[in-house]
Amino acid sequence: MITLIAAAPILSLLIWLPVLGAVIIFATGDASEASARSVRWVAFWTSLVELILALGLLAAFDSQRTGFQFVEKLAWLPHAGVSYHLGVDGISLLFVVMSALLTPIAIVASWREQRRVRAYMAAFLLLEALTIGMFESLDFLLFYVFFEGVLLPMYLIIGVWGGEQRVRAALRFFLFTLAGSLPMLLALVWMWHHAGTTDMVTLMHTSIPAAVQDWLFIAFLLAFGVKAAVWPLHSWLPDAYGEAPVAGTVMLAAVLSKMGSYGFLRFSLPMLPQATLYFAPLMLALGVIAIIYLSFAAFAQTDMKRMIAYSSAAHMGMIVVGIFTLTVEGIEGALFQMISHGLVIAALFLCVGVLLARGQSRLLEHLGGLAVRMPIFATFLMIFVLANVGLPGTSGFVGEVLILAGAIKVNFWLALLAGSGMVLSVMFMLVLVRRVLFDQSRSSVVLAPPDVGAGEWLMLAPLAVLVLVLGIHPDALTIPFDRAVHGLVQQTGGALAMKADLHHRMLAMVTR
Amino acid sequence: MLLEIAVFAPLLGSVLAVLLRASGSRAGAVWLSVACMAISAISAVAVLVRHLVDHVTMHDVALGAWIHVGNFVTPWSLREDTLSLVVVVMVSVVSALIHLYSVGYMAHDRTMPRFFVYISAFTFAMLMLVTANNLLQLFFGWEGVGLFSYLLIGYWYDRAAANAAAIKAFVVNRIGDLAFLIGIVLIYAQFGSVSFNQIFAAVPQIATQKYHLFGASMPVLDVIGVLLFIGAMGKSAQIFLHTWLADAMEGPTPISALIHAATMVAAGVYMIVRMSPLMSSAPAAMGMVAVIGGATALFAGTIGCVQNDIKRIIAYSTCSQLGYMFLGAGVGADSAAIFHMVTHAMFKALLFLAAGSVIHALADEQDVRKMGGLWRKMKVTYATMLVGALALAAIPPFAGYYSKDAILAAAYANHGTAAMFGWVCGVIGAGLTAFYISRLMILTFHGAPRGDADVHAHAHESGWMMIVPLLVLAVGSIFGGMALDRPFVGAGSATFWGSSIVPPVASVLPLSMPIPTWAADLPLLLALVGFAIAYIFYVMRPSMPGALAKAMPGLYQFLLHKWYFDELYDYVFVQPAKRLARVIWRGADDQVIDGVPTGLARWTTDFSVQIGRAQNGSVAVYSFVMLLGLLVLLSLFLVMR
Repeated sequence: MITLIAAAPILSLLIWLPVLGAVIIFATGDASEASARSVRWVAFWTSLVELILALGLLAAFDSQRTGFQFVEKLAWLPHAGVSYHLGVDGISLLFVVMSALLTPIAIVASWREQRRVRAYMAAFLLLEALTIGMFESLDFLLFYVFFEGVLLPMYLIIGVWGGEQRVRAALRFFLFTLAGSLPMLLALVWMWHHAGTTDMVTLMHTSIPAAVQDWLFIAFLLAFGVKAAVWPLHSWLPDAYGEAPVAGTVMLAAVLSKMGSYGFLRFSLPMLPQATLYFAPLMLALGVIAIIYLSFAAFAQTDMKRMIAYSSAAHMGMIVVGIFTLTVEGIEGALFQMISHGLVIAALFLCVGVLLARGQSRLLEHLGGLAVRMPIFATFLMIFVLANVGLPGTSGFVGEVLILAGAIKVNFWLALLAGSGMVLSVMFMLVLVRRVLFDQSRSSVVLAPPDVGAGEWLMLAPLAVLVLVLGIHPDALTIPFDRAVHGLVQQTGGALAMKADLHHRMLAMVTR
Repeated sequence: MLLEIAVFAPLLGSVLAVLLRASGSRAGAVWLSVACMAISAISAVAVLVRHLVDHVTMHDVALGAWIHVGNFVTPWSLREDTLSLVVVVMVSVVSALIHLYSVGYMAHDRTMPRFFVYISAFTFAMLMLVTANNLLQLFFGWEGVGLFSYLLIGYWYDRAAANAAAIKAFVVNRIGDLAFLIGIVLIYAQFGSVSFNQIFAAVPQIATQKYHLFGASMPVLDVIGVLLFIGAMGKSAQIFLHTWLADAMEGPTPISALIHAATMVAAGVYMIVRMSPLMSSAPAAMGMVAVIGGATALFAGTIGCVQNDIKRIIAYSTCSQLGYMFLGAGVGADSAAIFHMVTHAMFKALLFLAAGSVIHALADEQDVRKMGGLWRKMKVTYATMLVGALALAAIPPFAGYYSKDAILAAAYANHGTAAMFGWVCGVIGAGLTAFYISRLMILTFHGAPRGDADVHAHAHESGWMMIVPLLVLAVGSIFGGMALDRPFVGAGSATFWGSSIVPPVASVLPLSMPIPTWAADLPLLLALVGFAIAYIFYVMRPSMPGALAKAMPGLYQFLLHKWYFDELYDYVFVQPAKRLARVIWRGADDQVIDGVPTGLARWTTDFSVQIGRAQNGSVAVYSFVMLLGLLVLLSLFLVMR
């Protein structure tokens, strides 16, 4: 099995299989109810096979080797130095797997969707193909195409199947992301011109003049910052998260936001080391502001979905802090947190979906007392809330403590302020739990809602198991990316060796 | 293997209770978790005996790997030394007794199996905390007990007060936990490890390092020590972070006995004692521990004197007694602190369980002003609670006398400024303790019944499942002090503790340096005065307390409102936080940060609404926009080359 995977062009397969599924859905179906049913199954099976392939990739990945694996390289525009170049390393591998894991869950979560089922399912499969393609790309142009391409299905998902304010939300999402990625296009063109190729592996080893690095860094910050909703580029987020259908919010929060933080790790750190060091204090400040500011904003929310949306953005601040500590602990913590956040935030939005499917309100003042009537749902929600506030024993804690271990090497106050999210998140998440599960029922829906059904078990149980297993045995994640992160830190630090003694600066708070 | 059984049997009990509860066997779920807890307690005692007989110094039971990143290495393992085993025995035995008691106490509650799921899981988390061999696993247990404390305070979740108290407990604890976690990562940054053995071995090298903070440079160990202690203050409800403990009494009474008296709240003390090799090299942090401990001992005592809810009186007493333990740890008498922790676990659990028995008998009445005359109706409860009260008031030969005496003697012998402050507070606190507990006993059991006559008529002694734990704990409260004095702080202490506790500096050991007789006898004298005043106030002249309250209304209100801490925090923290949240959301986020892009969007919306109308959400237009982007890209591409 494993040798088979190593031999096959598995990365291409991972990109094109969902595309094939989307084409089949579009080519065969019609608007009838029977067709909608078969479309759902086709989409589900496609994404399930995709997940199996991704797990095969995970199994075949050699975590002892450095560099990229399963590399595929085909000439595309050979005279321009552009190629169809794919490969994964420890950093991108897990995002491929996570995208493949969450897509079938999103499809199951949309089983009851009645409007334009064909287009809906095709959009999700397309979204999967594009995100996975983005994480696998080793060519900047290819990366850019996938990065921009993700916008299309996501825009549709929000704009067509969203809530009441969907058009406004979709447009803002579209404009923000597009505006953000145009500077990246300029950066792409400049780097292409500079290096004569768009090959990312080459670009990582091309030295770029320090003065230009700063501009390029800003360009990347705009592109990735919007996607990762770095404060103050987050303002599209509450609307988009709030208005998108639940499955769309899941993909937005869990996978699309990681495209931004992944971009920082893939481009900013290795290609622009001087600028990264120069801008690191700014990035750390933005991260800390996001944690505190957005936690307070979450505290004021009255809508469950928006509260979770703000909480998600606040956690992205933590991830930014981890990345720009430029320490092994911080970056591994950030990577761990990216995966953990993907699972947890997806699960929390799915829990909102469970309530919506029962005709419950999203408004906290209309919920309450559900622990009595839906005990299994209550248990699931509790697990994910605890993971979200970083309780030890859940995956949320591991990332957080590693980020803090990296942060304290930079500065005491950074660690303390970033850690304040621990207190702030408890404040609003426990209020959420109280308003939804505890107190007397305030629901206007009179009938007792049925507890979690089979389909819902199917989406929530795997996430709950993963959250707990990764909390107790995090090695399963850290071993694959350990080498890649060490390499990254050495590369970023190595490029700076002449300029500044990075570690000396970082430990400046201590004297003997 | 025995230690693993002791630690994991409660977890097994909890899981089995979940499964059996799901399958509908309520009695099975309850009794299985009780049985698992009994097995745990027996194994714990066995492993302690084996440890003492074998004279092993320290043994590490490896369980597996947890986090492995760079130098950040934390395994799952159990630490077997005298300190951890003593506390394991204390936790598992008290927990087993309270499991049994709860079967009787919760018998009428429909949700009883859930209760046992929580308290078994709590016990597991507490045991993980105690047996941790590195700070991160200790933190795992630390947060775990916090979680179950939260779930159990809010056990009756349809009550608004219970929910508010649960959230308050979690949030206040988290404030302490934040400092604790920052302390842990600072230890990692300085020592390159979070495992106890490596930290303790490297203390002498790190002791000379300075840390720059607040524009000053201070010894790094002091910074770490203070951070860890702030964590301990949250968990052990010391002054400034104490506000959650009294509200936590919203939980069922067995929980107040187990979590908020005997075990969890003592975790802070345990952690400071566990870190004693580091703390003893951090003099400023030690001074803070002693001052805060002493201050809390006095402060909580003053509040306890005027409260009317039977559980809240005992809760403030717990707060105060934890202050004594910190005073002990702060003056370097770690063994005395642990001694008091063990005796306190027995007599305070006893007091709570007896109070629970009273509340049970009086149909959930908790106000001492509505009790009275109960001793004829509940002779066993009365007798056992009296034992607990005498032990708490530190009257010889009851348990509390030995342990509290050891702490105060060590504080006096230390002679430092902080230690003397703590000693003065502690001695006055001893008088207050005797006063408030006699007040409680007199109002509850003596005099004429003041409550509803009907309720009083139905008052009755509790069943055997509630009585047996009371008797066992009463025996411990009578003989525990005498029996443990020699090994814990007396002649046998050096061999008993081995290397698990830093041997106290010679000057603080009461044995090596006898303190003047008057200083040694003063606490007992004040306790007797406290008894006398309570007797005058509530037996001889019952009108006096009211007259006194009228004469000094300011002081009375100040104490009744618990020094106005809740009001102050509400005004300084809670309300501003809520306002800030609203301002950020409604003001800043909607108007400023969102304003610019919204204006931009409005400008383009006009344009796109047109398209939207024409195509009405068709896929084609969106794809067209996308293609446009790609076209721009491709043309740029051709121009540039």
